[in-house]
Amino acid sequence: MTALGGLLRKEWFHIRRDRRTAAVLIALPVVQVLLFGYAIRTDVDNVRLAVVDPAPDAQTISLRNRFAAADVFRTVAVVPRITDLDPLFESGAAQQAIVFYPGFSRDLGRGEPAKLLIITDATEPNTGSLLQSYAQAVVNQWVGGASRAGGAGGGVRIVPQVRMRFNPTRESKNLFVPGLMAFVLTIISSMMTAISLTREKETGTMEALLVSPLRPWQIIVGKVTPYLAIGFVSVVLVIVEALLVFHVPLRGSVPLLLVEGALYILVSLSLGILISARTSSQRVAMMFALLGTMLPNILLSGFIFPLESMPSALQAISYVVPGRWFVTIARGIMLKGIGFEYVWRETLFLAAMAAVLLAASVRSFNERLE
Amino acid sequence: MSDLAIQVKDLTRRFGDFIAVDRISFEVKEGEVFGFLGANGAGKTTAIRMLIGLLQPTGGTARVAGYDVATQAEQVKRSIGYMSQRFSLYEDLTPRENIRLYGGIYGLTREQIRTRTAQMLDRLGISSVADTAVRSLPLGWRQKLAFSVALVHQPRIVFLDEPTSGVDPITRRQFWELIYDAAANGTTVLVTTHYMDEAEYCDRISIMVAGRIAAMGAPMQLKRDSQVASIDELFVQLARPDGPTRPTRPSSPSGEGSR
Repeated sequence: MTALGGLLRKEWFHIRRDRRTAAVLIALPVVQVLLFGYAIRTDVDNVRLAVVDPAPDAQTISLRNRFAAADVFRTVAVVPRITDLDPLFESGAAQQAIVFYPGFSRDLGRGEPAKLLIITDATEPNTGSLLQSYAQAVVNQWVGGASRAGGAGGGVRIVPQVRMRFNPTRESKNLFVPGLMAFVLTIISSMMTAISLTREKETGTMEALLVSPLRPWQIIVGKVTPYLAIGFVSVVLVIVEALLVFHVPLRGSVPLLLVEGALYILVSLSLGILISARTSSQRVAMMFALLGTMLPNILLSGFIFPLESMPSALQAISYVVPGRWFVTIARGIMLKGIGFEYVWRETLFLAAMAAVLLAASVRSFNERLE
Repeated sequence: MSDLAIQVKDLTRRFGDFIAVDRISFEVKEGEVFGFLGANGAGKTTAIRMLIGLLQPTGGTARVAGYDVATQAEQVKRSIGYMSQRFSLYEDLTPRENIRLYGGIYGLTREQIRTRTAQMLDRLGISSVADTAVRSLPLGWRQKLAFSVALVHQPRIVFLDEPTSGVDPITRRQFWELIYDAAANGTTVLVTTHYMDEAEYCDRISIMVAGRIAAMGAPMQLKRDSQVASIDELFVQLARPDGPTRPTRPSSPSGEGSR
């Protein structure tokens, strides 16, 4: 085993001699999570609201105040006519408008359906519908409050109560940050091994190793182990970042999350090894590592786009995307606080992937001799 | 065991339709310096790669240090050293670390590695830069170090694939002194080169043309047989048999296996 020990030492020297690269490898995930974490959000915040109130009175002002009181909305204009809205929407000064019809208060007082129009800029459909439902929620609350207070109109009104579990404030960062961790870690890890192995091919040292009595598995273990250590440091840092910067809750077991993180890194490193076993230049290996991890992990991990709404063919493909399983695991442990008994299936998938990828790498090292 | 270090019989390697190495046969005696000559693409490197276990032969047999390369690759690997035309040292490691790494890979003990390191650094006269990254050493030093590292486990046979390409004549001369040293210690040396003057340094040479061995023997013998002044001349003659460079001479040389 001194041969393997020597390899590990050597790899450690490489990493230590090239401090800048090592620093980049460790810092990159942290920085990326930070950037993406702020960039990828679907929270509505600071909504520019315009109000059309032809005849302001106590009722309309009460509802307007309700909007003003919700943190999400910021009233940018109050205008008398609906036609005044056009320039506001066109210039982007307003994203949403509530329009009181004339006689709004009168109808409300009589218990007749009072008409209120909510207009939303739907250029971005998802944001649009989110804004719509936020505004509706504010109106519903106000209607509920008004009916309880004044008893106007009498009839039974249903005041829906909704409780969002696990992410009560529906903050998207709670959803995204664990997914983001999966995304960033896999790219970095697979690139680390892919580049470091193809570098040895390019410089010719790989040939020297292959001619030596070293077994392919020894070469691979010698490569994976040091980078597993680096990857693990990244996992820890990214988790700390999620907790401290994004205030994502960590309700489950920390050791479990770390172990799952290490397993996930191992899968990604193995993917990098396999890529480098099949390619011969650093540049090609890097491209494959990027393409092979980035696209599937954005599209098919459930990190941004829910898998449930995808066609079944894509869902089937997502089974082989490691990120899919780690996203589920990380969200489960962090947000739901569930234990191993609920994530063993996902863990098994990851372990199987690591095994298959490593076996395939050893194999393709052997095949080079054919 | 016989005193043959390498025995090759009808060794063949095909890549699809292309026959890179076509039924070559030769033997190398223990302690011999055997030169493997040929133009680029003549099949030298393919032949070597089969002998060191990086490539599986498609036909024929080859025994290296008495072991069959097709079935006993592990034993072969333990008995040989190899230095490729590309550099096989880690450039960000120091000479000392490189020696230690390869010593460890070949299963030397800590004690052995220590003594070998001291010996080698001393022999090469590079003790003063033993802890400087290899990258910053002159190319000639690096190449000599790479050769010594290939010998770190004192293999019976060492394969050198164009070890002197890109090196100045003085360093090449020094490099050959190292080769003679190794041979004097009983190590068999198989070296490929395309410097024809180097061929004269070998005990015996073979010249490969288009996957076959076109001529083989001691340099002097070959020159005498084909009535040429230098190996270079012979080589040109063999490499272009249909375009005679010396019209005055009979076109077919008397090597074994002409076309």
